[in-house]
Amino acid sequence: MNEHIVKSYEEELTQLAAEVARMGGLAEAQVASCIEAVAKRDVKLAEAVVARDERLDAMEIEIDARCTRLIALRQPMANDLRRTLAAIKIAGNLERCGDMAKSIAKRALQLAETEPLTPLTGPIQRLGKLVNGRLHQVLDAYTSSDVDRAVAVWSSDHEVDEHYNSLFRELLTYMMGDPRMITACTHLLFVAKNLERIGDHATNIAEVIHYELTGTPLNTPRPKGAAV
Amino acid sequence: MNMTLSHVTLGHADAVPEGAPIKVKAAGVNVFYGNKQALFDVSLNMLDRAVTALIGPSGCGKSTFLRCINRMNDTIVGARVEGLIEIDGENVNDRSVDPVLLRSRVGMVFQKPNPFPKSIFDNVAYGPRIHGMTKNKTELADRVEAALKKAGLWAEVSDRLNSPGIGLSGGQQQRLVIARAIAVNPEVILMDEPCSALDPIATARIEELIDELRRQYCIVIVTHSMAQAARVSQRTAFFHLGKLVESGSTEAMFTNPLDPRTQDYITGRSG
Ligand SMILES: Nc1ncnc2c1ncn2[C@@H]1O[C@H](COP(=O)(O)OP(=O)(O)OP(=O)(O)O)[C@@H](O)[C@H]1O
Ligand SMILES: [Mg+2]
Repeated sequence: MNEHIVKSYEEELTQLAAEVARMGGLAEAQVASCIEAVAKRDVKLAEAVVARDERLDAMEIEIDARCTRLIALRQPMANDLRRTLAAIKIAGNLERCGDMAKSIAKRALQLAETEPLTPLTGPIQRLGKLVNGRLHQVLDAYTSSDVDRAVAVWSSDHEVDEHYNSLFRELLTYMMGDPRMITACTHLLFVAKNLERIGDHATNIAEVIHYELTGTPLNTPRPKGAAV
Repeated sequence: MNMTLSHVTLGHADAVPEGAPIKVKAAGVNVFYGNKQALFDVSLNMLDRAVTALIGPSGCGKSTFLRCINRMNDTIVGARVEGLIEIDGENVNDRSVDPVLLRSRVGMVFQKPNPFPKSIFDNVAYGPRIHGMTKNKTELADRVEAALKKAGLWAEVSDRLNSPGIGLSGGQQQRLVIARAIAVNPEVILMDEPCSALDPIATARIEELIDELRRQYCIVIVTHSMAQAARVSQRTAFFHLGKLVESGSTEAMFTNPLDPRTQDYITGRSG
């Protein structure tokens, strides 16, 4: 793509994308940490995740402010306009991912006080890895302006649903088998649900990237796992 | 051969309804100034009751194209126009068409407001008088008043119709010129950078006026302000080096242009 004639405008757009990428990096780290906190029953790590969430909120506000300024002062058009809008939307989705990570971290704090559910740690970690992998891939697609990569994330959305559904059934089996496990299982159920929603945000971000890069919405029917 | 890209119109409150009638049709238009060709095979439909914005870098032929529509190029020595320009299906270059009558059907507003050195009243009355459009003084006065009202100028000048038009502010003069153009009941209004000499408030007034007028007329406007083109028009056409590169709904042109040259131009990139 050719450069803008006004250099400071080009720089502002570049900085905006860099800021979104930085926010993405932090969101990804938050998600990775909260999963680890659950798996390792790490209270310190969980508390750190809860405390760090403010940074993501602040970054979203900063990105919104940058975009508002850009729209008011530069009147971006065409692909520049789509880039600006994409930054706002992606930041919104990342902020929600941060909220999910924070709730998971709070569950980790409570789970640390219950009996460990060792057989379920593996499946939860796998779901977490899958979801964070999607977040990572979609953020890569963003920084490298790679529409194919975004579409790949978008069209593999069902994998998360399948994982989530099987984990859900497993948790139910445990709860029915031993009512003393209901508390811990319920916490894990929320953890799984939150992870699944992070996966949805990754899908949303993929749609935003597609629109940003092509100007057309991603709207062919997406493969869907069975709903629970 | 027509290589011009064209958009599918999107659903949009401001969009021109699908199948809106074509008021002005240009097909295969070439213009030469002496040996130099200024327009190359331009084909563009301009819809009735809609604003079409012509955009493009300086010297790309926007004014030249505009002048084809009311045959103003006839007045330029050495200028030659080929191809078809139709208004309501009638070829404007047909020998039976009287250029003076044509110019009463196709009004034109220029970059610099150009009121005649006459009173406000006489400026607006000029067209109806030379075309003999009114039977008596009251009819003429009514027509002048109606045109000034339509141009949004009446409230500001009704108490000084006999003072000179050139005594008005730039923005008022531009509205006076628009009143003069609409006093003869034109069908098409051509505007060549009508706001480039005006401040933001006067510009907003003209833009509001354009939006009012487009409910009744076919308006074609040349502007160097992308924001203005986006604000006032429903259709946009991008010219580059004498060729029409791309045309379509303004919304599509400014959110997702198809041609990289259009994209570079409207986003301020060097092509
Ligand atoms: N009267 C003329 N005699 C000779 N050449 C002309 C004449 N008018 C325009 N041209 C040439 O034709 C080409 C198109 O000019 P035109 O005025 O239509 O461009 P434009 O798009 O309106 O530019 P601008 O945005 O600067 O008004 C230019 O190369 C110009 O030099
Ligand atoms: Mg011009």
